[in-house]
Amino acid sequence: MYALRQWSVRHARGLNAFYKGFESGLVALHPLWKRLGYQRLERPVAAVERQVKGLLFDCRMCGLCVLSSTGMSCPMNCPKNLRNGPCGGVRANGHCEVRPEMKCVWVEAVAGSARIPGGRAALATVQAAVDRRLQGRSSWLRVARERAAQATAAASAGGTR
Amino acid sequence: MIFEDEPVPGYPLPILPGHSSPGRFERVLRAGLFAVTAELAPPDSADPEEVYRRARIFDGCVDAINATDGSGANCHMSSLAVCALLTRVGYAPVMQISCRDKNRIAIQGDILGGAAMGVCNLLCLTGDGVQAGDHPQALPVFDLDSLTLLETARTLRDEHHFLSGRKISYAPRVLLGAAENPFAPPLEWRAQRLAKKVAAGAQFIQTQFCYDTAALRAFINQVEQLGLLDKVFILVGVGPLRSAKAAEWIRTHVPGVHIPDGVIRRLAGATDGALEGRKLCIELIQEIRTLKGVHGVHLMAYRQEESVAEIIERSGVLDGRVPWYPGRDPQTNATRMAS
Repeated sequence: MYALRQWSVRHARGLNAFYKGFESGLVALHPLWKRLGYQRLERPVAAVERQVKGLLFDCRMCGLCVLSSTGMSCPMNCPKNLRNGPCGGVRANGHCEVRPEMKCVWVEAVAGSARIPGGRAALATVQAAVDRRLQGRSSWLRVARERAAQATAAASAGGTR
Repeated sequence: MIFEDEPVPGYPLPILPGHSSPGRFERVLRAGLFAVTAELAPPDSADPEEVYRRARIFDGCVDAINATDGSGANCHMSSLAVCALLTRVGYAPVMQISCRDKNRIAIQGDILGGAAMGVCNLLCLTGDGVQAGDHPQALPVFDLDSLTLLETARTLRDEHHFLSGRKISYAPRVLLGAAENPFAPPLEWRAQRLAKKVAAGAQFIQTQFCYDTAALRAFINQVEQLGLLDKVFILVGVGPLRSAKAAEWIRTHVPGVHIPDGVIRRLAGATDGALEGRKLCIELIQEIRTLKGVHGVHLMAYRQEESVAEIIERSGVLDGRVPWYPGRDPQTNATRMAS
């Protein structure tokens, strides 16, 4: 919902803080997810994620969530799917070239990122091209699995040193 | 067997130390000269002569010719084909690639193909939305964005493999460019977006039309503060306006073009709007040239291409230099033909 999406950008700081906590929880529960089976969890978790993030951010379930790096403004709502900054067509009033009734998601992202500690630095990161196979899949589970794997790798690398 | 009317291919120049491409455009930029590029509107035709006719208009006044890729989301001859025709006779094209119509498979193929045809410069663009053009019912692709397109081209060139990791045996030797619009919101973040593009591989940028030098100066100051002035060649987009009415139409209908009211008033007050538009363009070029960190101008004179030579000549930015064009050096060409 457009109005709620704008609310989310205005409250980027709080939402980001909440998500950071939520993400730590997800990663901490990795052993549980593993036991239940990531494959089996995929559909129900993706369904919840779609509802929650759909409501708050008009999430498109790209599967590669970057909301924390884009001031809580979902870049997949850009009609050109731009994940690295605005195009040159932004109107003088800050609205979208393709959908004039909508504020440019990147004008929102720049405003939202200023509210998040380290948000501007995150905005400067070059985001890689989207893996389109992840469309519709849960970003939460992917993050939990990847972060846990990173932690294990770091721990084993530290052990051999 | 060689037919006497066979086209003479463009002869690749040796690649200089520290250069990314064997192209003349990069040589001009790295030599510290003030470069001039112009946009060629690809024809709605399959006749190569139409491309050559449009290129010849710029003979002797531009260092490189931009071949647009479905600009304004309108259908025309492809930029790859225009570039291939241009390099055949030795012109230095800038091949524009937009993310709107092709996915990463097609784009990587075009980069290799273009480089194989002698293209030395790429301009990596997002592309106008399909709603702006003559096929609004088309599927907008946008598989990559301008940043990931730059990274893709750089991967092919510097790491010699596709995004998939599969090796390529001979890398495309190209100078990478991007666009920037210093005049569209979010203004405070535009220079940082340029920084991102430079980080992704952009070596030169061509900006959107500039009619507001105060805004341009503000942008360049930001770019300087980010320490980017010696990392990227900046070419500022300029173009003659035909009349106050045309200017008004452009600023309301063409996405991302900012024309201040003062410019419209000046054109409206003139007896000959087109003449005043060219005068304004010359003044802008002369002012832009004095700006620190600006390495050239990019002329976009849609449907007024014939005015480019006069504008460049009267602006004096070439300092008597005559950029190469087929037939500039009859002697050299004759020896090449014979060899």
